[in-house]
Amino acid sequence: MTDLSNSVSIRDLSLHFGAVTVLQNLDLDIKDGEFLVLLGSSGCGKSTLLNCIAGLLEPTDGQIFIKDKNVTWEEPKDRGIGMVFQSYALYPQMTVEKNLSFGLRVAGMPKDEIAKRIARASNILQIEPLLQRKPAALSGGQRQRVAIGRALVRDVDVFLFDEPLSNLDAKLRSELRVEIKRLHQSLKNTMIYVTHDQIEALTLADRIAIMKSGVIQQLDDPITIYNRPRNKFVAGFIGSPSMNFLTGELADEGGRTVFRTHGTSFSLAGYETTEALTPGRKVVLGVRPEHIKVDSDLTGEEAHDAIVDIEEPMGADNLIWLKLAGHTISVRIGGARRYAVGAKVRLGFDMTMASLFDAETEERI
Amino acid sequence: MANVSTLNATGAAIDAVRTEIAAGPRGKKPKKVLSRRNIMIYGILGLAALYYLLPLYVMVVTSLKGMPEVRLGNIFSPPMEITFEPWVKAWAEACTGLNCDGLSRGFWNSVRILVPSVIVSIAVASVSGYALANWRFKGSELFFSVLIIGAFIPYQVMIYPLVIILREIGIYGSLTGLVIVHTIFGMPILTLLFRNYFAGLPEELFKAARIDGAGFWQIYGRIMLPMSLPIFVVAIIIQVTGIWNDFLFGVVFTRPDTYPMTVQLNNIVNSVQGVKEYNVNMAATLLTGAVPLIVYFVSGRLFVRGIAAGAVKG
Amino acid sequence: MSRTVPSATPPRPLPKSSGRPNQLFRNLNSKIALTPMILVAAVVFFGGTIWTVIYSFTNSRLLPRASFVGFDQYERLWASSRWIISIQNLLIYGILSLIFSLVVGFVLAALMDQKIRFESAFRTIFLYPFALSFIVTGLVWQWILNPEFGVQGIVRSLGWTSFTFDPLYNPDIVIYGILIAGLWQGTGLVMCLMLAGLRGIDEDIWKAARVDGIPMWRTYLFVVIPMMRPVFITTLVLIGSGIVKLYDLVVAQTSGGPGNASEVPAKYVYDYMFQAQNLGQGFAASTMMLLTVAIIIIPWAYLEFGGKKRG
Repeated sequence: MTDLSNSVSIRDLSLHFGAVTVLQNLDLDIKDGEFLVLLGSSGCGKSTLLNCIAGLLEPTDGQIFIKDKNVTWEEPKDRGIGMVFQSYALYPQMTVEKNLSFGLRVAGMPKDEIAKRIARASNILQIEPLLQRKPAALSGGQRQRVAIGRALVRDVDVFLFDEPLSNLDAKLRSELRVEIKRLHQSLKNTMIYVTHDQIEALTLADRIAIMKSGVIQQLDDPITIYNRPRNKFVAGFIGSPSMNFLTGELADEGGRTVFRTHGTSFSLAGYETTEALTPGRKVVLGVRPEHIKVDSDLTGEEAHDAIVDIEEPMGADNLIWLKLAGHTISVRIGGARRYAVGAKVRLGFDMTMASLFDAETEERI
Repeated sequence: MANVSTLNATGAAIDAVRTEIAAGPRGKKPKKVLSRRNIMIYGILGLAALYYLLPLYVMVVTSLKGMPEVRLGNIFSPPMEITFEPWVKAWAEACTGLNCDGLSRGFWNSVRILVPSVIVSIAVASVSGYALANWRFKGSELFFSVLIIGAFIPYQVMIYPLVIILREIGIYGSLTGLVIVHTIFGMPILTLLFRNYFAGLPEELFKAARIDGAGFWQIYGRIMLPMSLPIFVVAIIIQVTGIWNDFLFGVVFTRPDTYPMTVQLNNIVNSVQGVKEYNVNMAATLLTGAVPLIVYFVSGRLFVRGIAAGAVKG
Repeated sequence: MSRTVPSATPPRPLPKSSGRPNQLFRNLNSKIALTPMILVAAVVFFGGTIWTVIYSFTNSRLLPRASFVGFDQYERLWASSRWIISIQNLLIYGILSLIFSLVVGFVLAALMDQKIRFESAFRTIFLYPFALSFIVTGLVWQWILNPEFGVQGIVRSLGWTSFTFDPLYNPDIVIYGILIAGLWQGTGLVMCLMLAGLRGIDEDIWKAARVDGIPMWRTYLFVVIPMMRPVFITTLVLIGSGIVKLYDLVVAQTSGGPGNASEVPAKYVYDYMFQAQNLGQGFAASTMMLLTVAIIIIPWAYLEFGGKKRG
């Protein structure tokens, strides 16, 4: 049964381009007022999914509901959506004001209503001084705000963003990121946001849907995705610097189950799982660089010897690469601590924050 | 902002979401093949195609009829008895006032004009374009600008001085003279074409070759030429079409025994006294148009690129 | 590591450059290679044009003569009804050709842009007339417009016995007969250029218009066409410069007739220069043609290139 507080619902959505399958039997429920991010690398289907929700692409099968109305066959303008594009897509020959009002004029809205909406939108986005300018005379950030304004004046429930910040430089990107978050807090509309940038996803989202090859790998809030990735793909995609992966197997040592790789055994004490850890099972152990303790950080957990290979001082942090049990792993420590190449250190894993994946299925154990 | 904890009843939210498909529209919206939109689009395009194909049809059909049939029917009626006699007549027997050798004379004249003209004009223009792109000197761009402006000047303004020059040199009316004329007037477009192409090649190649010690002609022959096949094909297409179809230069710079096919064709059709043999005329027209048409159909996309390249100036 | 002791002796002086700078011989190969172009530009294009303009003020008949007669030739030119007709014809042909080419070309391009099937086939059909000589085009349409066997004859045989459509024998409408042929040959090219322009429009603009609920025709009219201004201008210049050169088509289709009714400036020039043994008139007429082209091209060139020189 569909929850009545769902803003957008997707049922069994599939899209094939001839022999190529882009989306497969996708199901997704987005709650009212939620900021949902579709995250993934190029070709994973996130933009395709967004375009299907918008009505710009026709799915091969499945249904799309917006505010409990089946809009699968509706034109984009009848779906109650507003959309912001990566290239802004502002009408180049019209002023900002005409850009904002074009759709409303075509729909036959009365002039004073149009003026009211434009005033409201330009107030929220602080683009009032720009109203008579043409897009060519605007900066990238201003253009993007106008693009958001064009969606705002439509007075819709759902906003769709298709990689809106990818065309901007890094500094502008972080500024506008904050603005979008503020916008969501003040408007409280449902927002569906597509990006390949995990930082954007982590900072903006209420929930993230990570996609790969047209399938949603995990749908959770950012913290859960970060700490409890569902499979190896998600674990490796999220987090920078990325998670360390050690291949090995489970073994039984004196009654306890341990993780063994290249002859070295790691205790799994503290690792939470509902599955049975059967000895002999081939697994991959994943630990994030910041969840590894070095020398003086150790507070009594099991420690192993490792040799420093390379260090990458990054100012606030230092990323050191070490050889341990036949693997090269990275550890993040404070920027003031320096190590020489070849130095021997003591390492300990924080198993409460670690992840175990089945070597074959790559699913989390 | 919505409360995160209420959004996730369970950790892995996907499984909880999967529910039954509701009744109602699903998948692709059904579309009629014969929709209003399709009818309009294909209808208009079809009508336009008819307008464009009509003359070709008329040409072919008329050229395959005997004269009595031509007089009986109209231009659209297909031949009841197909005969190739008009073609033979057009090729070998049609009279142009001076002799009755048919179009074959004009055909071979055109070939004799075409081959050297294409070769010389492209050779000169490609070297010029190469020089302008990579070996500029003070004043080179100025002369190039004059050349380009010259492309817009109507030929009529420059024709007579050219006649005088050729007469002085002694080649007015000869094949050489016409080849030079075609080279001259082909220069603006072709030089522009080659210059832009060579300027678009990576500069590093050129620099590396110079460091290796190669000179002007060596770089042209060993490096630029092998990389330029596409643009040469485009240039050949432009020139073959333009020179074969030319009429003005043919009629000004030749003598009757060296008339190209287009000039002869016009004479055959328009200056015949007495009975007009429409079928022979149409066969003659088709023969004249055959060469560039074949080039067109064979080259397909390249032709489009060629005219787009030639058409876009500056 | 050992380090070399810096030398105490001063560096050897460089050899003085050998006398006069030989700028002229630098880049010699290129200069040789560009000689044809330089000659053509200077002698034929620049020199030839100046020569013709100067001699248009002379009394040249069969051969050029340097006896100057002021604006005599021009007075005679503009007093000649044949010239006036040719100018009128050019204006009518030019304006209608421009309008119809652009409209038909754009409409066809817009239709082709709709992701249709058989696009290649349609484009091949629309463009093949461009591969033909104007002589071929003129002769074919002369035949099609033949009053007995062509369009008029067919419509009459279908019942409308009083239908008249013989442009090639009717001085009043002959220019339209030429127009039909000219459009048939030229619109394919316009369509190709327009299609290329349409394909250059960012797809996101179309998407944004769809989300905004803008109907397609309005998107074309108010968003796409304004965005295609450069393509339209280029096409305009192209068509314009082709119109002034109108010659072969007229020679083939009507020979300038009936009488002088389909005379055009280019033909006037040729007839007077090479047949009527009146070079002076020919020069004056061709100078007028040059002027016409200059009036079109110079403002466009200034718009395109003049603005960029600043800043």
